[in-house]
Amino acid sequence: MSNDVDNSRRKFIAAGVAGTAGLVLAPGVTLLDMANARPAGEAASSTKRWGMLIDSTKCATGCNDCVSACGKENGVASTGHPETDPQWIRKIELKEVKSGKSHSLPMMCQHCAEPPCVDVCPTGASFKRADGIVLVDRHICIGCRYCMMACPYKARSFVHEAHEDQNPDVPRGKGCVESCTLCVHRIDKDQQPACVEACSEGNHGAMLFGDLNDPNSEISKRIATYATTQVRADLALNTGVRYQGI
Amino acid sequence: MINPAKRRSVLGWLSAALSALLLAGVMPATAGDEHGEHGAHKLIAKGDKCVRDVDDMRRNHMKILKHQRDETMRKGVRGSQDSLKNCIECHVNPKTNSVASSKEDFCMGCHSYAAVKLDCFECHSSKPKTPAGGMHPIVTPEQKPESKEKQSGLSGKMRWQMQAKLAGLNMGEGVK
Repeated sequence: MSNDVDNSRRKFIAAGVAGTAGLVLAPGVTLLDMANARPAGEAASSTKRWGMLIDSTKCATGCNDCVSACGKENGVASTGHPETDPQWIRKIELKEVKSGKSHSLPMMCQHCAEPPCVDVCPTGASFKRADGIVLVDRHICIGCRYCMMACPYKARSFVHEAHEDQNPDVPRGKGCVESCTLCVHRIDKDQQPACVEACSEGNHGAMLFGDLNDPNSEISKRIATYATTQVRADLALNTGVRYQGI
Repeated sequence: MINPAKRRSVLGWLSAALSALLLAGVMPATAGDEHGEHGAHKLIAKGDKCVRDVDDMRRNHMKILKHQRDETMRKGVRGSQDSLKNCIECHVNPKTNSVASSKEDFCMGCHSYAAVKLDCFECHSSKPKTPAGGMHPIVTPEQKPESKEKQSGLSGKMRWQMQAKLAGLNMGEGVK
């Protein structure tokens, strides 16, 4: 895999962005992350690792904006069979029994650095892209659902029904396993995942997306500043999705 | 139990039928330029030419698509002219807004004739992101182009269909 990068061009762009990025909230904390567009024809590079930080203190119980935005973007809709409907992202409620304190948070594929779904896949359909996004190659998936059993987060779904009218950017169909792609088609266009965009458009600000490998990215700074949690950290999967406030 | 004479005659009929079928299958292929007759090669396309020679595409489009599929899926290479999405953008049938919804459409024209099952569109959308019937963003309804001259005057990227005569082949009539 080619990780060749035209460094002079990159530095020039970075300098340009640094010169114009004026939305600084506090020293080291900016409102906008730097643009990360990849030129057409260039492969995803392991210099990046995409991740997400979810602040459960800002995530309201009953708010479903991220889930509906995901469904709209990726064409994940109810087929009338709730038991078997695929889900890419779901809202869960955590409640501490003693104090009654409850948290609401979205749960989806955690884009592990050491993904168990990839370990168990018998065909190689389940794989991790160079930039850390865990995906299913549907051309190769035989629908055995072993990955669904291996995933500690219940992030994957099997598609039981035939689909029509897919988003041209998001092919999906019957007989394969699927899960959150981190909106890989949007990331490759230098856009944020649909759930993150919906969360910020709704002024909730509970989701932050960025490059975990870049120490200057907003997400890296927040993770370096505040206490964040990986769900089931005991499994040492090094998840790309982190939580704050749980 | 079938008696041997009857079995022989049945076998004779079968072999005759088989050879007739084989001949029928071979004939169009050897007939050269008569591709247009069965409608399988009706070329619905935008622009002047394809990303490759038409002959090359007829023979190798599946290999090109498969190669690009792995590049995009596995490595994240985007924006290639060989992408399925790019094919659909140009070859969509304006009548059906699809490449595979009927035998009139670009993909199914050949695939139904050749009886080769096409699985791509069980997952992939056979429609372009912007509907084929839609107009180019710079064209307002008042400006709706009527002639090719007017079209080319408005935009080099204007959507139009052509009666293709690429590479000296007679393609039959383009779908208007």
